[in-house]
Amino acid sequence: MVEHAAKVRHDFLRHDMQFPHVWCPGCGLGIVLGSLIRATASLDIPQDDLVLASGIGCTGRMPAYVDFNTLHTTHGRALTFATGIKLANPELTVLTVMGDGDATAIGGNHFIHAARRNLNITAIIVNNQIYGMTGGQYSPTTPYGAMATTAVYGNIEQAFSIAELAVTAGASYVARGTVHHVPQLDKLIKQGIEKKGFAVIEVISNCHTYFGRLNNLADPVANQLWMKENAVSVSKAAKMSAEEMAGKFSIGVLANVKKPSYNEEYQKIRERAGGVVFPVEEEPEVKCEPDRDDEY
Amino acid sequence: MVDRVESTKKYLLQGNEAIVEGALAAGCKFYAGYPITPSSEIAEEMSRRLPQIGGTFIQMEDELASMGAIIGASLAGTKAMTATSGPGFSLMQENLGYACMTEVPVVVVNVMRGGPSTGMPTSPAQSDVMQARWGTHGDHAIIVMAVSSVSDSYEITVHAFNMSEKYRVPVVLLSDEIVGHTREVITLPPNKPIEVFNRIKPSVPPEWYEPYEDNSRGVPPMAAIGTGYRHHVTGLMHDSKGFPCFRPDVVKAFHKRMIRKLANGASDIQMTKGYMLDDAEVAIITFGAVSRSAIRAVKMARARGIKAGFLQLVTLFPFPKIAVDSVLRQCRAVLVPEMNMGQIVREVRAVNHTATLKQLNRFDGLMITPDQIFEKLLNM
Repeated sequence: MVEHAAKVRHDFLRHDMQFPHVWCPGCGLGIVLGSLIRATASLDIPQDDLVLASGIGCTGRMPAYVDFNTLHTTHGRALTFATGIKLANPELTVLTVMGDGDATAIGGNHFIHAARRNLNITAIIVNNQIYGMTGGQYSPTTPYGAMATTAVYGNIEQAFSIAELAVTAGASYVARGTVHHVPQLDKLIKQGIEKKGFAVIEVISNCHTYFGRLNNLADPVANQLWMKENAVSVSKAAKMSAEEMAGKFSIGVLANVKKPSYNEEYQKIRERAGGVVFPVEEEPEVKCEPDRDDEY
Repeated sequence: MVDRVESTKKYLLQGNEAIVEGALAAGCKFYAGYPITPSSEIAEEMSRRLPQIGGTFIQMEDELASMGAIIGASLAGTKAMTATSGPGFSLMQENLGYACMTEVPVVVVNVMRGGPSTGMPTSPAQSDVMQARWGTHGDHAIIVMAVSSVSDSYEITVHAFNMSEKYRVPVVLLSDEIVGHTREVITLPPNKPIEVFNRIKPSVPPEWYEPYEDNSRGVPPMAAIGTGYRHHVTGLMHDSKGFPCFRPDVVKAFHKRMIRKLANGASDIQMTKGYMLDDAEVAIITFGAVSRSAIRAVKMARARGIKAGFLQLVTLFPFPKIAVDSVLRQCRAVLVPEMNMGQIVREVRAVNHTATLKQLNRFDGLMITPDQIFEKLLNM
C-alpha cells in the first residue's frame, strides 16, 4: 500500500486550498480518490483537459479536492452536465463521480439514458449502500433486511445491482471493483477512461459511520474484510451457482463492447446536414486482461 | 422553414421558428430539450439547423437533464439554450437555480400554455410570469423577457442571449401558444444589422484567475472549461475562487453583487416599447401576445378621440420601473390586461400604488380581444 500511496500525483490535488477533506476517518472515498488520481496520472492527459463532475452527497464533494476542471452539480444530475460539456467540447476527457443514491435513485433516469446514448464519458459510482451525508437513510442499493435511519424495522426493498443495470442499459464498458482491491480499481478506472464510449465503474465502498453502525460493521477494517471475503472475480462468479453467490458480488470487467459513441454518430448527422464536420479519432482497443483469481 | 440564411429574403415563419433563427444569429451552438406542446417546433427546427452550422442538438430524457446539459455546454464555452412549456419549466427550476448560483449564461424559452399542472397544452396563457421570476428557490438574480410577435421572437431572442452573456445570468424568454404558432412574414437576416455580445473572457494568467471575483460591473470574466483556467463550480454558496464558503460576509457580498450587477445594467436590460404614448391620457401596459390586441385597441380608441397609448413590457424582470413610472405619472388611468389572474399588475402597482389601475384578466384559455380592451378604455 505504501508503494501505491507514493504514486499519487500530489499536483493533481488542491492541497493548498481544500484539505482537510470532509469525509469520516476510515471512509472508502479517499481510496477511490487515490485510484482516480493514479489512473488519470498514468494516462498523461493534461489537467486542463480533464473534467470531473459530481452530484450531491459525500461522493459529490470529491471534485473540490482535485485540480482539474471541476463541477459539483445538483443531486443526481452530474451526467447531464457532463453530457453538455462533452458535446460542446469533445476534446475534453469527462469523468463523473457519483454515489449510489445520486446515480441510481434521483439520477437513475439520467444514468440509464447516458448508458443507452453511449457518450464518451466515464462514470465512477461509489456504492456504500446508504445515504451517508444526510444521516444513514436507505438507498436503492441497501440490501434487503438491512437497517437504516429510515428503515428502523429493516429494509423491505430489493437492492439494485448497479453494474448489471449499466450492462442492461447499454454501457460499452462496465466494471466493478472495491476499495479493498485497490490495484485492480486503479486498472478498472484507467480502462474506463480509455474506453471510447460510456464506461461505468461501480466501486463497492464502506460507510461504517452510518451503514456500519446500524448493521454490525462499525469498524472500517471490518468493512474491508467484508469486501475481501465476499468479492468474487467475474470469471469465478460465472462458474458459481446462485446459492453460492448469495451475499457475494463479482468484481472485474462485466462488459467491454465496441460500438460507436454518440460523438461519432453525431458527426454522421452533421455530414447528412451538409454542415461542418470535425475529425473523429479512431478508437484504440481497450484490452482487458482476463481475471486471475490469485491476482488481488 | 429557413435554410442557411445568406442573402436577405422574406420568410413566412412561426414564432417558434423565429426564436430558433434569432438564437442562431446570436451565436447559439447547443440545444438540449425535451418535447412539449406548444414549444416542440423549436426543438424540431434546432435539430435540423444546428448540425448545418457545426452546432449540436440533443434530445434529453427530461427537462431536468436538458437544463443540466445546456449549463454544461455553456461552461464549456458554447452559447446554449433550451425551450419548454409550463410542466417542463417546473422541472427546470432546479438547475435554473444552479445557473443563477454559478452565474452561467443560458437562455430558457417557455412557450406558455394554460396551467396549473398539465393544464391546457394547446391553449395560450400568460400565467408563468411569477414562476419565471421566482420559480427556483432562494434569493436570486434572473432576467425575464417576453415576446409578442414573430419579428419580436427573432429580435428579443438575440437580446436575451446578449444580456445572458453580458451579465452572466440565465434569461427566461416567455412566449405563448399564440405567438409561438402564429405565422408572419419576417425578413432574414434583418436589414438592420444585429449586435451580438460574447461573454468577457479573463485577461489575467490562469494562476491569478478568480472565477467569482467582484469588479466594478459585478460581472466576473468567464473562462471556458479546457482553456487552462481550471476552477471549481459548485451550487453551494462559494467564495471568489468558487470553493464552498458559508462565511456571513462572503454570503452577504455574493447576494449584493447579484442584485448590483443587474441594477448596474438596468438601462441595457430593461427593454420596453412605447406606442402613441407622447400625448396619452389613458394607457395600456402589458406584454406578450396581448400587446397585439392592445395596439389595435389604441387605434380604435384614437379613432373615437380618446388619447390612448400603450407600453409593451419586453423585459419583465428586473421590472422596468422607470418606464412604467413615467406612464403612471402621465396618464389618469392605466389598464393592465393579461391572460392570467393578475400577475404583472402586482409589479405595476408596486411602482406607484396611488395610480388608478384597472385590470382585465382572462384565464379561460382564450386571447384577450381588441374589443375587450377597447370597451375598458371607453370607461377610463
